[in-house]
Amino acid sequence: MEGVNHLGFIIAAYAAAVAVIGGLTAWVLLDYRAQRHHLLELESKGVTRRSAARSGMMMEEVKEEA
Amino acid sequence: MAIVDLANPTRFLRFANATIPWLGGVAVIAFAFAVNQALLAPDDYQQGAAVKIMFIHVPSAWLGMLGWGVMTIAALGTLVWRHPLADVTAKAAATIGAAFTFLCLVTGSLWGRPMWGTYWVWDARLTSVLVLFLLYLGVIALWRAVEDPSRAARAAAILTLVGAIDLPIIKFSVEWWNTLHQGASVFRLGGPSIDPSILTPLLVMTAAFTLLFATLLIAAMRNEILRRRVRALLLMQASAAS
Repeated sequence: MEGVNHLGFIIAAYAAAVAVIGGLTAWVLLDYRAQRHHLLELESKGVTRRSAARSGMMMEEVKEEA
Repeated sequence: MAIVDLANPTRFLRFANATIPWLGGVAVIAFAFAVNQALLAPDDYQQGAAVKIMFIHVPSAWLGMLGWGVMTIAALGTLVWRHPLADVTAKAAATIGAAFTFLCLVTGSLWGRPMWGTYWVWDARLTSVLVLFLLYLGVIALWRAVEDPSRAARAAAILTLVGAIDLPIIKFSVEWWNTLHQGASVFRLGGPSIDPSILTPLLVMTAAFTLLFATLLIAAMRNEILRRRVRALLLMQASAAS
């Protein structure tokens, strides 16, 4: 009977774990998709790392890229 | 590939792209095994079935502290060597560490209510973990408040090093003060005081959580490198237009 009394707390704890881990995973996956989308969008406009080298603006990128 | 080679962001991206699917897969398998072990574990003679909350609470506490430990090493990389990948590591670890510290506090409260009769008490262990969570929020706020990533990294690194004082306080709080929170029961002189039937699932779950942490950290670092590339390209585009 004691175990049954604690069941609500156990379920709540595991639900919190699922929510936090699920939220973290979703955040990482959605952020990856967003950054890839931004990069592809810029590349489609001709703004690339190669064009940066040609226009002599590589220094700023090298400082920022990592 | 030597570990030092990964310090190059482009090489790190290649490493991340190759590693994340495998590491994530191993983490999922480890979780399936760990949850099975947790369900099969017997009830504790004092805690009853509530001991199952410990299988989440203890790994979360470990990862909350591990996250700040990673950030502390990265902070040294930022301040001493000014390495940009150290900045990336620190920023990526902050959100993940904060999430696990939050989970530690929530599951601890949910365990405390049936066991202690209260969700919260201002005991040294609980308070020092709450301080760690607030420190995480402070570092995340710093990263968001400062526009220039390298300036934000230095400010966050200083706060991280100061905050690292909290790690030994959390660890030894149960020895230095008279706390409601129990003393160390896994990493202690004389070996663990937990019965193997409960210790084994606890260690398996901790391994699964750690694999997940590593996967999320590498993935978040990859995102941060890409974000900085986007930022650099946007700056280039703006300067080309003007």
